[in-house]
Amino acid sequence: MLQALTLLLVCQLLGETLVRLLSLGIPGPLVGMGLLLVFLAYKGGPDQGLNEVSDGILRNLSLLFVPAAVGVIQQLGLIQDQWLALGLAIIGSTLLTMLVTVGVFLGVARLMQARA
Amino acid sequence: MSTEGSDLFQLWVYLSGTPLLWLTATLVAYVIAEMLAAKSGRHALVNPVLIAATLLIVVLLLSETTYEDYFTGAQFIHFMLGPAIVALAVPLWRHRQMVRRNLLPMLMALLAGSTVAILSAVGIAWWLLAPEPILASLAPKSATVPIAMGLAENIGGLPGLTAIIVVVTGIFGALTVTPLMNALRIQNYAARGFAVGVASHGIGTARAFQVNETAGTFAGIAMGLNGVLTALLLLFWPFG
Repeated sequence: MLQALTLLLVCQLLGETLVRLLSLGIPGPLVGMGLLLVFLAYKGGPDQGLNEVSDGILRNLSLLFVPAAVGVIQQLGLIQDQWLALGLAIIGSTLLTMLVTVGVFLGVARLMQARA
Repeated sequence: MSTEGSDLFQLWVYLSGTPLLWLTATLVAYVIAEMLAAKSGRHALVNPVLIAATLLIVVLLLSETTYEDYFTGAQFIHFMLGPAIVALAVPLWRHRQMVRRNLLPMLMALLAGSTVAILSAVGIAWWLLAPEPILASLAPKSATVPIAMGLAENIGGLPGLTAIIVVVTGIFGALTVTPLMNALRIQNYAARGFAVGVASHGIGTARAFQVNETAGTFAGIAMGLNGVLTALLLLFWPFG
Protein backbone atom coordinates (compact mmCIF):
# COMPACT_ATOMS: atom_id res chain seq x y z
CA MET A 1 0.00 0.00 0.00
CA LEU A 2 2.77 2.39 0.97
CA GLN A 3 4.65 1.66 -2.26
CA ALA A 4 1.53 2.29 -4.34
CA LEU A 5 0.75 5.58 -2.61
CA THR A 6 4.37 6.65 -3.04
CA LEU A 7 4.19 5.80 -6.74
CA LEU A 8 1.07 7.99 -7.16
CA LEU A 9 2.74 10.91 -5.37
CA VAL A 10 5.99 10.52 -7.30
CA CYS A 11 4.05 10.59 -10.58
CA GLN A 12 2.19 13.71 -9.46
CA LEU A 13 5.41 15.40 -8.33
CA LEU A 14 7.14 14.59 -11.63
CA GLY A 15 4.05 15.88 -13.45
CA GLU A 16 4.06 19.17 -11.53
CA THR A 17 7.80 19.53 -12.14
CA LEU A 18 7.52 18.91 -15.89
CA VAL A 19 4.58 21.34 -16.20
CA ARG A 20 6.58 24.09 -14.51
CA LEU A 21 9.89 23.44 -16.25
CA LEU A 22 8.25 23.37 -19.69
CA SER A 23 5.48 25.93 -18.81
CA LEU A 24 2.89 23.56 -20.30
CA GLY A 25 -0.34 25.20 -19.09
CA ILE A 26 -1.71 21.71 -18.35
CA PRO A 27 -2.39 20.67 -14.74
CA GLY A 28 0.39 18.61 -13.11
CA PRO A 29 -1.76 15.67 -11.90
CA LEU A 30 -2.86 15.02 -15.50
CA VAL A 31 0.75 14.78 -16.66
CA GLY A 32 1.23 12.49 -13.64
CA MET A 33 -1.60 10.27 -14.90
CA GLY A 34 0.11 10.06 -18.30
CA LEU A 35 3.42 9.16 -16.63
CA LEU A 36 1.76 6.41 -14.57
CA LEU A 37 0.14 5.05 -17.73
CA VAL A 38 3.54 4.91 -19.45
CA PHE A 39 4.94 3.18 -16.34
CA LEU A 40 2.09 0.61 -16.40
CA ALA A 41 2.67 -0.08 -20.10
CA TYR A 42 6.38 -0.62 -19.35
CA LYS A 43 5.68 -2.90 -16.35
CA GLY A 44 2.87 -4.79 -18.08
CA GLY A 45 0.19 -3.61 -15.63
CA PRO A 46 -0.41 -2.62 -11.99
CA ASP A 47 0.55 -4.90 -9.08
CA GLN A 48 -1.93 -5.88 -6.38
CA GLY A 49 -1.00 -2.95 -4.14
CA LEU A 50 -1.56 -0.35 -6.83
CA ASN A 51 -4.85 -2.01 -7.84
CA GLU A 52 -6.09 -1.83 -4.25
CA VAL A 53 -4.94 1.73 -3.56
CA SER A 54 -6.31 3.19 -6.79
CA ASP A 55 -9.62 1.33 -6.42
CA GLY A 56 -9.86 2.56 -2.83
CA ILE A 57 -9.30 6.19 -3.81
CA LEU A 58 -11.64 6.10 -6.81
CA ARG A 59 -14.39 4.32 -4.87
CA ASN A 60 -14.39 7.24 -2.42
CA LEU A 61 -13.94 9.97 -5.00
CA SER A 62 -16.99 11.89 -3.73
CA LEU A 63 -15.36 12.43 -0.32
CA LEU A 64 -12.51 14.41 -1.89
CA PHE A 65 -14.93 17.10 -3.14
CA VAL A 66 -16.49 17.77 0.26
CA PRO A 67 -13.93 20.38 1.49
CA ALA A 68 -14.34 22.40 -1.74
CA ALA A 69 -18.14 22.15 -1.48
CA VAL A 70 -18.11 23.50 2.08
CA GLY A 71 -16.30 26.57 0.65
CA VAL A 72 -19.71 27.80 -0.49
CA ILE A 73 -20.01 29.57 2.89
CA GLN A 74 -17.12 31.84 1.87
CA GLN A 75 -18.78 32.86 -1.40
CA LEU A 76 -22.34 33.57 -0.22
CA GLY A 77 -22.16 37.30 -1.05
CA LEU A 78 -20.95 36.77 -4.60
CA ILE A 79 -23.46 33.98 -5.16
CA GLN A 80 -26.32 36.22 -3.94
CA ASP A 81 -25.26 38.91 -6.42
CA GLN A 82 -24.90 36.57 -9.38
CA TRP A 83 -27.22 33.66 -8.58
CA LEU A 84 -29.28 33.88 -11.77
CA ALA A 85 -26.32 34.00 -14.16
CA LEU A 86 -24.44 31.31 -12.22
CA GLY A 87 -27.47 29.05 -11.84
CA LEU A 88 -28.66 29.22 -15.43
CA ALA A 89 -25.11 28.90 -16.80
CA ILE A 90 -24.47 25.76 -14.73
CA ILE A 91 -27.85 24.11 -15.41
CA GLY A 92 -28.04 25.00 -19.11
CA SER A 93 -24.43 24.27 -19.91
CA THR A 94 -24.27 20.95 -18.01
CA LEU A 95 -27.40 19.55 -19.69
CA LEU A 96 -26.29 20.79 -23.13
CA THR A 97 -22.81 19.32 -22.64
CA MET A 98 -24.19 15.89 -21.72
CA LEU A 99 -26.59 15.90 -24.69
CA VAL A 100 -23.95 16.99 -27.23
CA THR A 101 -21.33 14.57 -25.87
CA VAL A 102 -23.59 11.51 -25.85
CA GLY A 103 -25.04 12.46 -29.26
CA VAL A 104 -21.64 12.80 -30.95
CA PHE A 105 -20.34 9.61 -29.27
CA LEU A 106 -23.29 7.51 -30.51
CA GLY A 107 -23.35 9.22 -33.91
CA VAL A 108 -19.68 8.54 -34.64
CA ALA A 109 -19.94 4.96 -33.30
CA ARG A 110 -22.89 4.33 -35.64
CA LEU A 111 -21.05 5.81 -38.63
CA MET A 112 -18.07 3.55 -37.93
CA GLN A 113 -20.33 0.49 -37.70
CA ALA A 114 -22.03 1.37 -40.97
CA ARG A 115 -18.65 1.63 -42.70
CA ALA A 116 -17.30 -1.64 -41.28
CA MET B 1 -18.96 31.21 34.37
CA SER B 2 -18.77 27.82 36.07
CA THR B 3 -15.47 25.94 36.05
CA GLU B 4 -17.07 23.18 34.00
CA GLY B 5 -18.12 25.64 31.30
CA SER B 6 -14.71 27.25 31.03
CA ASP B 7 -13.04 23.81 30.90
CA LEU B 8 -15.28 22.90 27.99
CA PHE B 9 -14.47 26.20 26.34
CA GLN B 10 -10.74 25.58 26.73
CA LEU B 11 -11.15 22.09 25.31
CA TRP B 12 -13.00 23.58 22.32
CA VAL B 13 -10.28 26.22 21.81
CA TYR B 14 -7.67 23.47 21.87
CA LEU B 15 -9.49 21.06 19.54
CA SER B 16 -10.63 23.67 17.03
CA GLY B 17 -7.01 24.79 16.65
CA THR B 18 -5.77 21.36 15.52
CA PRO B 19 -6.35 19.72 12.11
CA LEU B 20 -7.77 16.65 13.89
CA LEU B 21 -11.21 18.10 14.63
CA TRP B 22 -12.23 19.18 11.11
CA LEU B 23 -10.50 16.28 9.40
CA THR B 24 -12.54 13.92 11.59
CA ALA B 25 -15.73 15.96 11.18
CA THR B 26 -15.40 15.80 7.38
CA LEU B 27 -15.00 12.02 7.48
CA VAL B 28 -17.90 11.58 9.93
CA ALA B 29 -20.18 13.78 7.79
CA TYR B 30 -19.23 11.77 4.71
CA VAL B 31 -19.78 8.40 6.43
CA ILE B 32 -23.27 9.58 7.49
CA ALA B 33 -23.98 10.84 3.94
CA GLU B 34 -22.78 7.52 2.47
CA MET B 35 -25.05 5.56 4.83
CA LEU B 36 -28.04 7.67 3.78
CA ALA B 37 -27.14 7.21 0.09
CA ALA B 38 -26.84 3.43 0.54
CA LYS B 39 -30.15 3.33 2.42
CA SER B 40 -31.89 5.14 -0.43
CA GLY B 41 -30.66 2.47 -2.82
CA ARG B 42 -28.20 4.98 -4.37
CA HIS B 43 -31.00 7.26 -5.48
CA ALA B 44 -29.60 10.04 -7.67
CA LEU B 45 -31.12 12.75 -5.46
CA VAL B 46 -29.34 11.48 -2.34
CA ASN B 47 -25.91 12.78 -3.36
CA PRO B 48 -23.18 12.15 -0.74
CA VAL B 49 -21.23 15.37 -1.52
CA LEU B 50 -24.38 17.47 -1.17
CA ILE B 51 -25.43 15.87 2.12
CA ALA B 52 -21.96 15.86 3.72
CA ALA B 53 -21.30 19.50 2.75
CA THR B 54 -24.72 20.59 4.07
CA LEU B 55 -24.11 18.85 7.42
CA LEU B 56 -20.69 20.47 7.75
CA ILE B 57 -21.95 23.93 6.80
CA VAL B 58 -24.61 23.71 9.51
CA VAL B 59 -21.96 22.70 12.07
CA LEU B 60 -19.61 25.50 10.99
CA LEU B 61 -22.37 28.11 11.19
CA LEU B 62 -23.57 26.89 14.60
CA SER B 63 -20.05 26.82 16.05
CA GLU B 64 -19.11 30.12 14.33
CA THR B 65 -16.10 28.48 12.69
CA THR B 66 -14.51 30.18 9.69
CA TYR B 67 -13.79 28.30 6.47
CA GLU B 68 -10.06 28.94 6.99
CA ASP B 69 -10.16 27.16 10.38
CA TYR B 70 -12.20 24.33 8.86
CA PHE B 71 -9.73 23.97 6.00
CA THR B 72 -6.74 23.43 8.33
CA GLY B 73 -8.14 19.92 8.79
CA ALA B 74 -10.03 19.43 5.54
CA GLN B 75 -6.99 20.25 3.39
CA PHE B 76 -5.66 16.71 3.87
CA ILE B 77 -8.73 15.33 2.09
CA HIS B 78 -8.72 18.11 -0.53
CA PHE B 79 -5.07 17.30 -1.24
CA MET B 80 -5.95 13.74 -2.31
CA LEU B 81 -7.73 15.08 -5.43
CA GLY B 82 -4.32 15.21 -7.15
CA PRO B 83 -3.28 11.59 -6.48
CA ALA B 84 -6.86 10.54 -7.40
CA ILE B 85 -6.36 11.95 -10.89
CA VAL B 86 -3.04 10.11 -11.19
CA ALA B 87 -4.78 6.91 -10.02
CA LEU B 88 -7.16 7.11 -13.01
CA ALA B 89 -4.31 5.60 -15.05
CA VAL B 90 -5.17 2.23 -13.48
CA PRO B 91 -8.79 1.79 -14.77
CA LEU B 92 -7.60 3.34 -18.03
CA TRP B 93 -4.97 0.61 -18.33
CA ARG B 94 -7.43 -2.14 -17.38
CA HIS B 95 -9.92 -1.12 -20.05
CA ARG B 96 -7.35 -0.19 -22.70
CA GLN B 97 -8.84 -2.50 -25.33
CA MET B 98 -12.32 -1.08 -24.97
CA VAL B 99 -10.83 2.40 -25.03
CA ARG B 100 -8.90 1.63 -28.23
CA ARG B 101 -12.07 0.29 -29.92
CA ASN B 102 -13.99 3.47 -29.04
CA LEU B 103 -11.16 5.91 -29.63
CA LEU B 104 -12.71 7.87 -32.50
CA PRO B 105 -16.20 8.30 -30.96
CA MET B 106 -14.53 9.33 -27.72
CA LEU B 107 -12.26 11.94 -29.26
CA MET B 108 -15.00 13.49 -31.38
CA ALA B 109 -17.44 13.53 -28.43
CA LEU B 110 -14.74 15.05 -26.22
CA LEU B 111 -13.95 17.80 -28.70
CA ALA B 112 -17.64 18.69 -29.12
CA GLY B 113 -18.56 18.34 -25.43
CA SER B 114 -15.60 20.25 -24.05
CA THR B 115 -16.14 23.16 -26.45
CA VAL B 116 -19.87 23.29 -25.69
CA ALA B 117 -19.20 23.13 -21.93
CA ILE B 118 -17.04 26.26 -22.02
CA LEU B 119 -18.91 28.28 -24.67
CA SER B 120 -22.41 27.62 -23.33
CA ALA B 121 -21.54 28.41 -19.69
CA VAL B 122 -19.71 31.62 -20.59
CA GLY B 123 -22.32 32.51 -23.22
CA ILE B 124 -25.32 32.18 -20.88
CA ALA B 125 -23.64 34.19 -18.11
CA TRP B 126 -22.46 36.84 -20.59
CA TRP B 127 -26.00 37.14 -21.94
CA LEU B 128 -27.19 37.71 -18.35
CA LEU B 129 -24.59 40.51 -18.01
CA ALA B 130 -22.28 38.75 -15.55
CA PRO B 131 -18.93 40.58 -15.11
CA GLU B 132 -15.67 39.22 -16.50
CA PRO B 133 -14.27 37.53 -13.33
CA ILE B 134 -17.52 35.56 -13.12
CA LEU B 135 -17.21 34.49 -16.77
CA ALA B 136 -13.61 33.41 -16.17
CA SER B 137 -14.70 31.49 -13.06
CA LEU B 138 -17.39 29.67 -15.07
CA ALA B 139 -15.26 28.78 -18.10
CA PRO B 140 -13.49 25.70 -16.61
CA LYS B 141 -16.63 24.53 -14.73
CA SER B 142 -16.69 21.03 -16.25
CA ALA B 143 -13.04 20.27 -15.40
CA THR B 144 -12.38 18.70 -12.00
CA VAL B 145 -11.63 20.90 -8.96
CA PRO B 146 -7.81 21.02 -8.81
CA ILE B 147 -7.58 21.56 -12.58
CA ALA B 148 -10.37 24.14 -12.78
CA MET B 149 -9.07 26.22 -9.87
CA GLY B 150 -5.65 26.57 -11.51
CA LEU B 151 -7.15 27.38 -14.91
CA ALA B 152 -9.58 29.99 -13.49
CA GLU B 153 -6.70 31.75 -11.76
CA ASN B 154 -4.71 31.86 -15.02
CA ILE B 155 -7.52 33.61 -16.91
CA GLY B 156 -8.57 36.10 -14.24
CA GLY B 157 -11.30 34.15 -12.41
CA LEU B 158 -11.77 33.58 -8.67
CA PRO B 159 -10.44 30.13 -7.65
CA GLY B 160 -12.70 29.91 -4.57
CA LEU B 161 -15.82 30.66 -6.60
CA THR B 162 -14.67 28.26 -9.31
CA ALA B 163 -14.37 25.44 -6.76
CA ILE B 164 -18.03 25.96 -5.82
CA ILE B 165 -19.17 26.24 -9.44
CA VAL B 166 -17.32 23.03 -10.28
CA VAL B 167 -18.81 21.16 -7.33
CA VAL B 168 -22.35 22.36 -8.13
CA THR B 169 -21.83 21.39 -11.79
CA GLY B 170 -20.68 17.95 -10.62
CA ILE B 171 -23.63 17.44 -8.31
CA PHE B 172 -26.12 18.69 -10.92
CA GLY B 173 -24.69 16.36 -13.58
CA ALA B 174 -24.72 13.42 -11.15
CA LEU B 175 -28.36 14.15 -10.23
CA THR B 176 -29.62 14.46 -13.80
CA VAL B 177 -27.57 11.99 -15.86
CA THR B 178 -29.56 8.83 -15.09
CA PRO B 179 -33.06 10.30 -15.63
CA LEU B 180 -31.86 12.18 -18.74
CA MET B 181 -30.24 9.14 -20.39
CA ASN B 182 -33.15 6.86 -19.44
CA ALA B 183 -35.64 9.35 -20.91
CA LEU B 184 -33.61 9.34 -24.15
CA ARG B 185 -33.53 5.50 -24.03
CA ILE B 186 -29.74 5.44 -24.37
CA GLN B 187 -28.46 2.03 -23.27
CA ASN B 188 -24.83 2.38 -24.32
CA TYR B 189 -23.11 2.71 -20.91
CA ALA B 190 -19.80 3.74 -22.46
CA ALA B 191 -21.50 6.74 -24.11
CA ARG B 192 -23.55 7.58 -21.00
CA GLY B 193 -20.49 7.48 -18.75
CA PHE B 194 -18.40 9.45 -21.19
CA ALA B 195 -21.02 12.20 -21.36
CA VAL B 196 -21.30 12.61 -17.59
CA GLY B 197 -17.50 12.57 -17.24
CA VAL B 198 -17.08 15.39 -19.77
CA ALA B 199 -19.94 17.45 -18.30
CA SER B 200 -19.41 16.91 -14.57
CA HIS B 201 -15.94 15.47 -13.88
CA GLY B 202 -15.22 13.50 -10.67
CA ILE B 203 -18.63 13.80 -9.02
CA GLY B 204 -20.27 12.59 -12.25
CA THR B 205 -17.65 9.84 -12.41
CA ALA B 206 -18.38 8.76 -8.84
CA ARG B 207 -22.07 8.53 -9.78
CA ALA B 208 -21.28 6.60 -12.97
CA PHE B 209 -19.23 4.02 -11.02
CA GLN B 210 -22.32 3.45 -8.83
CA VAL B 211 -24.54 2.75 -11.83
CA ASN B 212 -22.23 0.64 -14.00
CA GLU B 213 -18.49 -0.22 -14.08
CA THR B 214 -18.18 0.47 -17.82
CA ALA B 215 -19.92 3.82 -17.38
CA GLY B 216 -17.56 4.66 -14.52
CA THR B 217 -14.44 3.82 -16.50
CA PHE B 218 -15.50 5.89 -19.49
CA ALA B 219 -16.51 8.74 -17.16
CA GLY B 220 -13.06 8.63 -15.57
CA ILE B 221 -11.37 8.72 -18.96
CA ALA B 222 -13.63 11.59 -20.03
CA MET B 223 -12.78 13.51 -16.87
CA GLY B 224 -9.04 13.10 -17.49
CA LEU B 225 -9.21 14.00 -21.17
CA ASN B 226 -11.55 16.92 -20.55
CA GLY B 227 -9.10 18.32 -18.01
CA VAL B 228 -6.40 18.39 -20.68
CA LEU B 229 -8.63 19.76 -23.43
CA THR B 230 -10.19 22.46 -21.21
CA ALA B 231 -6.67 23.61 -20.35
CA LEU B 232 -5.74 23.75 -24.03
CA LEU B 233 -8.97 25.50 -25.12
CA LEU B 234 -8.61 28.13 -22.39
CA LEU B 235 -5.22 29.12 -23.82
CA PHE B 236 -7.41 31.01 -26.32
CA TRP B 237 -9.35 32.86 -23.58
CA PRO B 238 -10.01 36.30 -25.15
CA PHE B 239 -10.38 38.46 -22.01
CA GLY B 240 -8.05 39.29 -19.13
